[in-house]
Amino acid sequence: MGSSRATGPPAGLVATALVVALAVAGCGGSADADPPEEGVGGTVTIFAAASLTEPFGRLGEDFEAAYPGATVVLNFAGSATLAQQINEGAPVDVFAAADPTSMQLVADGGGTGVSPATFARNQLVIAVGPGNPLGIAGLADLPGLTVALCAEQVPCGRAAQRALAAAGVALTPATLERDVKAALAKVELGEVDAALVYRTDVRASEQVDGVEFPESAEAVNDYPISVLDDAPNPTAAAAFVELVLSEAGQAVLADAGFARPS
Amino acid sequence: MSAGANRTASTTPAPVPALDARLTVDRPGFRLDIALTVAPGEVVALLGPNGAGKTTALRAVAGLVHLSAGHVRLAGTTVDDPTERVWVPPERRGIGVVFQDYLLFPHLSALDNVAFGLRSRGVARQRARAVAAGWLDRVALGHCARRRPRQLSGGQAQRVALARALAVEPTLLLLDEPLAALDAGTRVDTRAELHRHLAAHAGGALVVTHDPLDAAILADRLIVVEDGRIVQAGDAVTITAQPQTDYVARLVGLNLYRGHADGHAVALDNGFKLTVDDRHQGGVFVAFRPAAVALHQFQPEGSPRNVWQATVTGIQHHGDNLRVQLGGPLPAAADITPDAAAQLRLAAGEPVWAAVKATEIRAYASAEPTGTDGSEQERP
Amino acid sequence: MVAVVPALLGLAFLVLPLLGLVIRAPWPTLPERLAEPGVLTALRLSLQTATTATAACLLVGVPLAWVLARTRFPGRQLVRALVTVPMVLPPVVGGVALLLVFGRRGVVGSWLDSTFGVTLPFTTTAVVMAQAFVAMPFLVIAVEGALRGADTRYEEAAATLGAGRWTTFRRVTLPLVAPGVAAGAVLCWARALGEFGATITFAGNFPGRTQTMPVAVYLALETEPEAAIVLSLVLLVVSIAILASLRDKWLTGGSAA
Repeated sequence: MGSSRATGPPAGLVATALVVALAVAGCGGSADADPPEEGVGGTVTIFAAASLTEPFGRLGEDFEAAYPGATVVLNFAGSATLAQQINEGAPVDVFAAADPTSMQLVADGGGTGVSPATFARNQLVIAVGPGNPLGIAGLADLPGLTVALCAEQVPCGRAAQRALAAAGVALTPATLERDVKAALAKVELGEVDAALVYRTDVRASEQVDGVEFPESAEAVNDYPISVLDDAPNPTAAAAFVELVLSEAGQAVLADAGFARPS
Repeated sequence: MSAGANRTASTTPAPVPALDARLTVDRPGFRLDIALTVAPGEVVALLGPNGAGKTTALRAVAGLVHLSAGHVRLAGTTVDDPTERVWVPPERRGIGVVFQDYLLFPHLSALDNVAFGLRSRGVARQRARAVAAGWLDRVALGHCARRRPRQLSGGQAQRVALARALAVEPTLLLLDEPLAALDAGTRVDTRAELHRHLAAHAGGALVVTHDPLDAAILADRLIVVEDGRIVQAGDAVTITAQPQTDYVARLVGLNLYRGHADGHAVALDNGFKLTVDDRHQGGVFVAFRPAAVALHQFQPEGSPRNVWQATVTGIQHHGDNLRVQLGGPLPAAADITPDAAAQLRLAAGEPVWAAVKATEIRAYASAEPTGTDGSEQERP
Repeated sequence: MVAVVPALLGLAFLVLPLLGLVIRAPWPTLPERLAEPGVLTALRLSLQTATTATAACLLVGVPLAWVLARTRFPGRQLVRALVTVPMVLPPVVGGVALLLVFGRRGVVGSWLDSTFGVTLPFTTTAVVMAQAFVAMPFLVIAVEGALRGADTRYEEAAATLGAGRWTTFRRVTLPLVAPGVAAGAVLCWARALGEFGATITFAGNFPGRTQTMPVAVYLALETEPEAAIVLSLVLLVVSIAILASLRDKWLTGGSAA
């Protein structure tokens, strides 16, 4: 507080301090890098896309079981939001994004370098009400219905635009939702007839059915993961990424509906 | 005091009084229970100390307070009767009220304040304003029509409030301490003008006041209320001549005591004995004017039989004279000239001899306080 | 002196984030960013919906405040508590609640759909409803406070002059509490203008139809923080300008009248 009591704090300082405070509060734990006693240990902070909530939760537990000295701190949010928090200086070891664009935001942010590797792919499906009451078979059936898409600012929205373009379907959605979970919720509540969401989301929900469509091949999201160059705990970070890319890690992701990277 | 009773009181009330009420209002620790009638054209003053229940009575007549029992009839129509389950809200009682602090609507001009009652009764705006302008002219405020209440002086506001209440030509006009908020100078003029308007008003009027002068000048008939009950009623002359309570006596400037008479001797309730000229037996009031009390530095010799030693407890200016408050066996007030006071070297705490001639003391039988306005006054 | 330091701290806490916005604004590219059609569309929609929501709140909120301030009925305390619930409810929950009632499958929504063929979610009407839901308590509380503070003897005076309840309310009570109503309306409008959670949940997001400024800010923040800052600045400037001008013309003028 000492420096910020002055009348004119440096421009960036105030905003940065706020965002850092936010990020630290968000991940709910100290990111202090206790030096590992031997090999892998200490706290490793993972920022991961919201769609990874379930598989990464399991992988985190697996990691702590494999390295008893290590503590995994997971923070799930929209990829773009996470990228911004990293750019504002949040102390993060690993970033797993839902599309390369979000990873690129970090690379361009100038805060820290990245060396991404694709670890999973996700694909769009049409989420419909249980039993597909309207008999929706593909994207061409959507115009005229009440449809929710993701906003273009988030990865699932960009993927949806690519898929619709590939299908040559002009669609005016009822709403452009802020993230994929919100779009899914609108189908679950019955407020929309259909939404374009990830296959993993449909699998995680018990209240919607998924309709696969061929153009989704044009809208596959590659999920990149990277140890950040500024990682406070690079050893544990590298070990976590290794786990994600391993056979065991890929099995957990496949379980959640993700496809292997080609 | 009696100068105000210059209108003939209507001794034979019209068949249908403007107001015929028996007001019973129960509150925790207080009970108002009075009977009232006001004839058309008559002005009745409800006089009493603060907390006597005067304003409650006025509000009950207006319909701003519900009766616990009794009735209110306005021009023969029952507007409140708890036992008959009759209740007419204030807006349909055809009354006019001048409130103590006038309550002129601050957001409306003087003209629109006066026109408010007519507008509320469905009179078209232009017509209502024309009538209101006429009333403002009658109270000599035609030039203030566009002013807001806060731009009016106290006296002007009072006259606007009067015009507002009169504009609807109420069968009964209620005035709550209409002059209390005015300074002494404004008060004299405003009182005279108010008297003129009340005299011209065809309906009845009920004035609530704690000021005997206001009551005496404005009203044909006075009703003195103390502690929720009527203690005395009549015209100003009668009440002045024979006050029945300390309060009334103080109002009219008399030393008043209750006692027991046996011929010329009266034993006062506090044990002091007075000799009076009149002969009475039993309960009496005795009264003498402060000017009848003579003060002496030493014990006077000679005729006065009522002599006692007193202590000066206070001295105030009272007109051209000084009013000396006396403590001692007989608390009393004495009026003396400043010269006499200087000779006596009077000062608070000093002893002084007081004397009153028997011929200066009036004694009269104490009547039980009754509702002397024609209706029965029952004591609960 | 004792009050000055905490007061300054409080002021700094409120103002510094705004200062941060101003400092971080991309001033060189500001004109072209402002010229983007999306900005004006969102701003226009925000102003329209917030104003409509305020009008709707006045229409029903003032009578509600009157009932709370001037009548006695069993359960009045409970009703007052219920009225203020939207102030503490997370707006997103408010949005979900609105969906559950006015959505296609909601109690009222399904009836509206089957009877009139009207669906509310994802419409501009839904934006107004979401804003009114979260903003009305501010109006009701302000007006109720003004009514409680008003001298009821003026209403008695009006009654003795022959004015019924409605005339008294319209010609006496309302003008007397006008400053309170104005203050409440301004608070209500400001809250509606900044509404985000209930709006995006109940009305969704579509440019020109349901994308208000706060929603646009949120989405811009995902990819273009600078655009979000520009949008926020616009919102800030417009609201400060309107609130300041209202305060001069209405609030002080109203209380003086």
